[in-house]
Amino acid sequence: MSTFIDLYNYWIFIFLMMIGFYIVIAQGNLVKKIIGLNIFQTAVFLLYISMGKVKGGTAPIIVAGDASYSNPLPHVLILTAIVVGVATTALAMALIIRIRKAYGTIEEQDIHEQDASL
Amino acid sequence: MVAIAVAVMRDLFAIVMLFGIYSLLTAGIFVSLDAVDVAFTEAAVGAGISTILILSTLALTSREEKKSTHSRFLPLLVVLVTGATLVYGTLDMPAFSDPQAPVHQHVAPRYLDQAQQETGVPNIVTAVLASYRSYDTMGEVTVIFTAGIAVMLLLSAFRHREDEAGNLNDLSHHPVLKYVARLMIPFILLFALYVQFHGDYGPGGGFQAGVIFAAGFILYGLVVGIDKTRSMFSDSVLRWLMASGLLLYIGVGVVTLLLGGEFLNYNVLAADQVKGQHWGIFLVELGVGITVTATMIAMFLAFSEVRRPE
Amino acid sequence: MISSHLPVLQVILPLIAAPLCVLLRRSSLLWLLSFSASLGAMVIAWLLLQQAGSSGVISYILGGWAAPWGIEYRIDTLNAYVLLIVTAISSVVLLAAKKSIEQEVPQQHWPMFYASYLLCLTGLLGITATADAFNVFVFLEISSLSSYALISLGRDRRALTASYQYLVMGTIGATFILIGIGLLYMLTGTLNMNDLAQRLPAVAQTKTMLSAFAFLFVGISLKLALFPLHLWLPNAYTYAPSIVSAFLAGTATKVAVYVLLRFIFTVFGADYAFSVLPLAEILMLLGVAAILFASLSAIYQDNIKRLFAYSSVAQLGYITLGISFLSVSGLSATLLHLFNHALMKAALFMALACLLYRQGGVKFSHVKGLGRQMPWTFMAIVIGGLSLVGVPLTVGFISKWYLILAAIEQGHFVLVAIILFGSLLALVYVWRIVEQGFFSASDDHTDVKEAPLSLLLPTWLLVLANIWFGIDTSLTVGVAEHTAHWLLELPAPVMPGATP
Repeated sequence: MSTFIDLYNYWIFIFLMMIGFYIVIAQGNLVKKIIGLNIFQTAVFLLYISMGKVKGGTAPIIVAGDASYSNPLPHVLILTAIVVGVATTALAMALIIRIRKAYGTIEEQDIHEQDASL
Repeated sequence: MVAIAVAVMRDLFAIVMLFGIYSLLTAGIFVSLDAVDVAFTEAAVGAGISTILILSTLALTSREEKKSTHSRFLPLLVVLVTGATLVYGTLDMPAFSDPQAPVHQHVAPRYLDQAQQETGVPNIVTAVLASYRSYDTMGEVTVIFTAGIAVMLLLSAFRHREDEAGNLNDLSHHPVLKYVARLMIPFILLFALYVQFHGDYGPGGGFQAGVIFAAGFILYGLVVGIDKTRSMFSDSVLRWLMASGLLLYIGVGVVTLLLGGEFLNYNVLAADQVKGQHWGIFLVELGVGITVTATMIAMFLAFSEVRRPE
Repeated sequence: MISSHLPVLQVILPLIAAPLCVLLRRSSLLWLLSFSASLGAMVIAWLLLQQAGSSGVISYILGGWAAPWGIEYRIDTLNAYVLLIVTAISSVVLLAAKKSIEQEVPQQHWPMFYASYLLCLTGLLGITATADAFNVFVFLEISSLSSYALISLGRDRRALTASYQYLVMGTIGATFILIGIGLLYMLTGTLNMNDLAQRLPAVAQTKTMLSAFAFLFVGISLKLALFPLHLWLPNAYTYAPSIVSAFLAGTATKVAVYVLLRFIFTVFGADYAFSVLPLAEILMLLGVAAILFASLSAIYQDNIKRLFAYSSVAQLGYITLGISFLSVSGLSATLLHLFNHALMKAALFMALACLLYRQGGVKFSHVKGLGRQMPWTFMAIVIGGLSLVGVPLTVGFISKWYLILAAIEQGHFVLVAIILFGSLLALVYVWRIVEQGFFSASDDHTDVKEAPLSLLLPTWLLVLANIWFGIDTSLTVGVAEHTAHWLLELPAPVMPGATP
């Protein structure tokens, strides 16, 4: 049972990741796909941050005295990854607006039908 | 649990709201895992910027999702295989929050032990972000810059004409909101400046400050009118700001090159190492702040000025 | 003094030029700036290749922080070679960009177009030069986001959906890579590739490392458009502006192949990678599937751009097939084909840019009987096509030759047959174009003129390169064989029977 206690944080992340990933590949709505992508990415962020946690540690801002701190490196990496994520989302949204203007729909299926009928 | 709801529901508007909540919850988890800087950013970005962008998109497209007739089997299989691979991978993982885990052994201790002496910055996240892995951060600013110009490329041709009535994101007809918001804006901007320059000591830094700064102007745009904000930030001003922030960052690197150091080696910026680091970190964070602010405003304006579909 | 900074200058040059493009107003300056940045990077790549060849690995620490704490650039012959391919293709393509863009992209978008192009170049160069696993992810996203933007500029509305599809698949790929990198970091506490290579053997038995490898492999395969994860590629290449197709076809997938090689051989070690998973069999099977399915699909296309896009997927099949042999001649074939395929496809897509410039479309119906009106363009397609088939005196022959050699060495005669059959299929689809161009009743195209010189010259530069490097192979074969030996003789002992 100790494995479960030790790893539950990681399993939560895996669960979230699976939901997000499922939304991305199974849904036909373009906006919802991107939301799924975001959930997927956030789950990965959780993985990174979880591995940086140290029992009894605090946020890695050095204060006087001896304290134990959590690992700062995953935090830095994820800060970067969050920014990359929002950049991707913004670009995707702009694309969706253009797709809607060109096709009049944001459903994958309708778009395929329109293209096929050309 | 919120995530499941997102998967099941069909009203996109509600989904986005839930997604915002989900982001806030995630930010909460980050705090409990000691990642304050990350939590700050996730709250500002996931619950703030992303939600605004998705909402603007929904307003321009459609709210209801159609029932999907996709086959559910293959996606489910792919997801299950992926999940299984990961669960399999976790079986040998070091236990959660174990201080003896290899993650905490090799590279990280040096940051925790020496970063303060080497860079003079007590917030180790800032030290690593803006100095040890400064090059990554430059890449990050470049990503934001890229997204900014991509959004402008995609949407600039579809800007509505001045005389068209009814802005998409316009709250200027609510007098109370307008008044309260006007009161808040100076404080938001002040707070952003604090976050920008206090990143050395507490959570914060150029990126978070940029987002908050932009939020201030976005609020201004919402209550006073998009056109007013646009008159403050024309496309060319925004472009100029976006580029100059990135150029400032690269410029610091080029100066360090010219002074005989490696690219982005701040030590050569001043006679004293800590002073050099201080200047370097200050300047690159400023670069980040400028580019992020300008890009966020540019994106917001681009999204709000798209003509609505009939 | 400057020479010690070459590794970083290479990436910084296009990166500085990109924001400057956004600020510039004059379109002639825009082009000049972009071209000189790309050309400068090419010269640096050439110098780096010389340096790496003569004095071994060049290490450059960014920010002045030593390797596992800071980010390091490590240049060896493998990535110097890839850097040279990317910058060379980018420069030649840019030569033609001015004219082609004038017609295909509205003027208001030019500054942003060039900026995105340069950012994409920056990203590709950054991925190639770095020795830091996370830095790979950051620069990967720079190149990806800018290529989504570039693709969406295509005139057809399907460019938008192609770009969206690529965005979703690309982001999934990048996130998989991110998971892989995270797991590796979790096991070792480091992100530096060299450092990882030293520390991973200690944890080689863990399940975590295996799943890290699986995620990285799938993630990179998505970016590489390895069959069956190639679905984004045909649309993206078909609907992007011609210049973008030529640039991406010559560079983006090549860099993904490089990343795969880098992770398999220098981070995990060939020993590990090929023993924990049946990697050789997987790569071989997918490679063969790609060659057969994609070549067959190519035959049935009526849009020539799409035809060549499918052909690209098939060519990537040859490239992965080469890796699967895990032998010097197999890897040499892979490395040679990286270079050679970049030359062929860039030449072919540039020729299509010429066609598109005059005809506004590249369906078969657009090119009927045009061979007489546009002889130079069609000759370029013919020679590029022959190179694709693998006819002697072209570069295509050289890489096929090595690939067949590798297959014979290991007694895989069925594979020899498949490679030859793939060439036959290539001959069929190239012939279809020739037939339409020369032997089809001309519609009223009599007023169509040959493409302008500013498009033809760069196209022919690439076509001649196809012939030149098909005859004088000292540079390419030299580097490829050297690198293949080096890859296989890294810390881990070579697999039995792999070296001659």
